[in-house]
Amino acid sequence: MPQVTLTVNGTSHTVEVEGRTLLVELLREKLRLTGTHVGCDTSQCGACVVHVDGDSVKSCTMLAVQADGAKITTIEGLAKADGTLHPMQEAFREYHALQCGFCTPGMVMSAIDLVQKHPDGLSEKEIREGLEGNLCRCTGYHNIVKAIAAAQDVMHGRRAELAPAAE
Amino acid sequence: MNVVTPFEGIGASVKRKEDLRFLSGRGQYTDDINRPGQTYAYILRSPHAHARITGIDLAAAKAMPGVVAIFTGDDMQGIGGLPCGWQIHNKDGSPMAEPPHPVLAQGKVRFVGDAVAVVIAATKAQARDAAEAIEVAYEVLPAAATVEAAIAPGAAPVHDGIAGNVCYDWHIGDPAVNAAAFKTADKVVEFELVNNRLVPNAMEPRAAIGDYDPTTGEYTLYTTSQNPHVIRLLMGAFVLQLPEHKLRVVAPDVGGGFGSKIFHYAEEAIVTWAAGKIARPIKWTADRTESFITDAHGRDHVTKARLALDKDGKFLALHVQTLANMGAYLSTFATSVPTYLYATLLAGVYTTPTVYAEVKAVFTNTVPVDAYRGAGRPEATFLLERLVDVAAMETGIDKVEIRRRNFIPADAFPYQTPVALQYDSGDYQSTLDQALETSGWAGFEARRAEAKGRGRLRGIGISTYIEACGIAPSAVVGALGARAGLYEVGTIRVHPTGSVTVLTGTHSHGQGHETTLAQLVTDRLGVPLAQVDIVHGDTAKIPFGMGTYGSRSLAVGGSAMVKAMDKIVAKARRIAAHLMEASVEDVEFDRGTFRVAGTDKTKAWGEICLTAYVPHNYPIEEIEPGLEETAFYDPKNFTYPGGCHICEVEIDPDTGKVEVVNFTAVDDVGRVINPMIVEGQVQGGVAQGIGQALLETAVYDENGQLLSASFMDYQMPRADDLPPVSVATHTTLCTHNPLGVKGCGEVGAIGSPPAVINAVVDALKDYGVRHIEMPATPAKIWNIIHGGHRMAAE
Repeated sequence: MPQVTLTVNGTSHTVEVEGRTLLVELLREKLRLTGTHVGCDTSQCGACVVHVDGDSVKSCTMLAVQADGAKITTIEGLAKADGTLHPMQEAFREYHALQCGFCTPGMVMSAIDLVQKHPDGLSEKEIREGLEGNLCRCTGYHNIVKAIAAAQDVMHGRRAELAPAAE
Repeated sequence: MNVVTPFEGIGASVKRKEDLRFLSGRGQYTDDINRPGQTYAYILRSPHAHARITGIDLAAAKAMPGVVAIFTGDDMQGIGGLPCGWQIHNKDGSPMAEPPHPVLAQGKVRFVGDAVAVVIAATKAQARDAAEAIEVAYEVLPAAATVEAAIAPGAAPVHDGIAGNVCYDWHIGDPAVNAAAFKTADKVVEFELVNNRLVPNAMEPRAAIGDYDPTTGEYTLYTTSQNPHVIRLLMGAFVLQLPEHKLRVVAPDVGGGFGSKIFHYAEEAIVTWAAGKIARPIKWTADRTESFITDAHGRDHVTKARLALDKDGKFLALHVQTLANMGAYLSTFATSVPTYLYATLLAGVYTTPTVYAEVKAVFTNTVPVDAYRGAGRPEATFLLERLVDVAAMETGIDKVEIRRRNFIPADAFPYQTPVALQYDSGDYQSTLDQALETSGWAGFEARRAEAKGRGRLRGIGISTYIEACGIAPSAVVGALGARAGLYEVGTIRVHPTGSVTVLTGTHSHGQGHETTLAQLVTDRLGVPLAQVDIVHGDTAKIPFGMGTYGSRSLAVGGSAMVKAMDKIVAKARRIAAHLMEASVEDVEFDRGTFRVAGTDKTKAWGEICLTAYVPHNYPIEEIEPGLEETAFYDPKNFTYPGGCHICEVEIDPDTGKVEVVNFTAVDDVGRVINPMIVEGQVQGGVAQGIGQALLETAVYDENGQLLSASFMDYQMPRADDLPPVSVATHTTLCTHNPLGVKGCGEVGAIGSPPAVINAVVDALKDYGVRHIEMPATPAKIWNIIHGGHRMAAE
């Protein structure tokens, strides 16, 4: 079986996989990082989004062997070692942008990449269009959009702290 | 103990306690659980909608790498079928047709997706590979995918011996009174419509892990369920004949349900039974297409209705005839949806004196149909609110005015409808007023004119609805055919240092119970939110429960907690009275402090809790040590949330695409415990309602193949399909439960579809449109604007 060496959340792993093993299967089943979810089999839902060398990738659509040598970040690797949440995680909590939590890891990973790629900031419409690849069945997206809008100000240094949600 | 800030109790938008684990990737969903020695199941499913199985050859599959066992229907003979939880009776009093629902197909398959064999192997991929090596010989039979096809003369029977594929032919109301009322009418509006078939599509696909301990004989099932005790009851008693004390059902974090995870599914029984056979754990996880072809679908009604009006536009009578698709087998609560959750709501918010509804439930060669967010009530609301708009159009009465003329007045409660229900509270005029104001209804024509200047067709639609939640008094539903009680259970476990663990029989799969239910405890007992934990979803931990559906968790489950807290406070007051050497009648309790009335003598909560567990100075002859109470609460009535939804759309005439540009929801959900969570529930419900109205539909071809069986073919609402939604509440309290709550989980999905379609029809008013079936796709609308013949000719 092929051998894959990759860095996940700062830790290097070398694992044997079948040629057909998907990156998401490697993460969930070999490394037991079950925060990354599988919600479909057609690259439609985005529950499996992780960062591969800094870009958001649907990990159900990439073979594990393609990730050889890559640096992967998953939802488990976002918070600081002391437990401080990433501004996007904090914004999702503040703005009630999650309900069942299943789409949340992929949604957060996609949102971070979206914001990072738009340093000049995103309008509400651009955020909605940028979330095209992620499905949520619970929230109606309303609060996800608000959370991302708030998080981008912190991520780009325009605000020191997250704007609180209105009561 | 800290003094509680009032901001954590009832009415506070506190942030959710559950969020941290979900945001950190530390949720524990069923597929995240792995048991030592675990194997994997793959289920081979029928590719045909209707066929006889003439042979199954397992030889090649059994020789495949990693295969542990393969089972077919032959191996499960003698195992019970999946039960239906509600027996409906026909018009003539005879019981409904109730064909067996085998766990694995017995000689015949009845829908694409019916389970034929299960392969258990060391890895998921090996199980799938081996399943592909199974040879099944089928004799394909004619199939019917729609209710019309299934009841047509000569249609092939889905189940042998069930004439005309009719499960039941049921009615409610008085036909003679109804017919007489029609004779007095000045105007009769006739209308036909379809309520489109939907796929619930919770983002977490269903999964199940069966585990068996041969040393104790105990089975454990981990499953994606909204109600683990119900699954234990149904699977244990009816399918596998396992006593409750040897069967544990765990529903851990569950990634959305919307009704689809209420029901007892074949896969739960298969992995549990097979784990016993091989004495190893077995995990099964659906892929998305498997979810599409096995999760119970929703809606799928075809209805004819007639509304009688007098010359002033007052409704005199309503007659409804509905064909409801049951699919190939009766799912757990399928039979109750188009009857007691649908026809009983056909009075709506109106004073219509007589309603007569006839419902024929029909078997077809499709996935079973059962409750999906709203379950029956969206179908009733869509019918009524479209019908009222058509009546307004045909009488020339303004669509707001015709509703006002027919509303049940605010001083008429309790109000007995002609279709069994007694509404306890509501104020429909005020709710409507608030929604009209919020939406800027009065200024709409200016916005329409402005849109016209941009070449866009703008329309506005309204829906004033009621629904029934918090199901329901056990004796009442029992008399109507329910085979279960519908109470709820709560245990309040006060620890020696005063913190609290709550065990609830409800289940949270996105609703935020770990926060909302904790707020009830904080509000009543004065214990800070951080010191209250909610435990749910495990039959080994929770005394009992009926689970979460029909927006019942607060109204029924919360009420059980209140009842248990009453017992806690009563006992704690006796302990406090002893310590303060006062009469118990003189001891007052208010959020954490016991006080002898009219004195400055007090005892803190923590001191009483410690005394209960360290009973040195304690009236041990009179009171048992400890501070833990359980209550079962059986509701006195349904609750009746209602509201007004107003939708504004713009249509691009060049493409036929509808854009929802404004959406206003004003809902009466009773007392609001956490406004942030209530708003989130309504936002999500409205998104599903807009999805039904504009995007979603399950499409079968005439052979019973589900054409829309993936997210590439079934249009789920995405972020850029939806507008920002304005959500507000207008509260009247429920009069019969101790919290005054009504439920908020389904209102969004119930009120919104007719508001959207009414707006689309309004936008197209210059094109002579009376109705558009859901989903109102660009193709349908383009054809209306440009003439269907042109597209057909091209």
